[in-house]
Amino acid sequence: METIFFYIIALVALGSGLIVVLCKSPVNSALGLVNTFFCLAVFYVMLYAPFMAAVQIMVYAGAIMVLILFVIMLLNLGTEARKRYTHGVVWAALASLLSLVTFLVFIKKGQITGAAGDITKDVVMSVGHTELIGKTMFTEFLLPFEIASILLLVAIVGAVVLAKKEV
Amino acid sequence: MLDNYLPIFTLILIAVCFAIGSTVFSGLIGQKKPSEVKLAPYECGMPLVGTARERFSVKFYIIAMLFIVFDIEVVFMYPWAVMFKRLGMFGFVEMGVFILILLVGYIYVWKKGALEWE
Repeated sequence: METIFFYIIALVALGSGLIVVLCKSPVNSALGLVNTFFCLAVFYVMLYAPFMAAVQIMVYAGAIMVLILFVIMLLNLGTEARKRYTHGVVWAALASLLSLVTFLVFIKKGQITGAAGDITKDVVMSVGHTELIGKTMFTEFLLPFEIASILLLVAIVGAVVLAKKEV
Repeated sequence: MLDNYLPIFTLILIAVCFAIGSTVFSGLIGQKKPSEVKLAPYECGMPLVGTARERFSVKFYIIAMLFIVFDIEVVFMYPWAVMFKRLGMFGFVEMGVFILILLVGYIYVWKKGALEWE
């Protein structure tokens, strides 16, 4: 049952990915990207990581998608993207083909050993995914958590400096 | 595990079916008597002013950027809120420092007048 469900969602994810790449209109590509994000969220749920799924939808499908749409509106790609066909596309295709081949080779050569470490699927299911993340983040990874706030601060300053006219 | 998500999946399925269904059926059984007024893009009942594909001001972009930053701040608060009772005072101070650093950013944004719509 789960395997069938996985294949259906994988098919939808691949289809939306193709829409992103093949659509002429950037807005259609953006909508395809939203669909891909939702499919990824489903994969996170299937991997017993519901918090990641929620974050995926909140941050990627919510906030980052808004930013991408704003960039599309800002650059007014609607009419210009149709006309131009640069050689950059060829290089991008080559690069992604190369990374795909590398990825496939690693999958073929590598061994899938299953879950490692103390936090197994059963632990996650009994304690709860969000609780486990909270516990580790606020005890073990205290410093990285606080540094993350500084990173966000830098992002705020950068956004203001870049987008504000008279700083 | 996956069974718990059956209601959400059903909801998404109904939403998608409704969207596709209403589009397809209105095309199939609806009347088609197009006129120039009917085919014009609807803009709150006002007469059209120029094209919809104008370039937008960068003002919108800065609001979106700031939204992302504070959205990510909120994401960090979810696991904290879930663990709040077990972390106790230590967790409270920790989050206090986190928010304080971001508050500096908020004050900076405010002082620079980035939130003002000029």
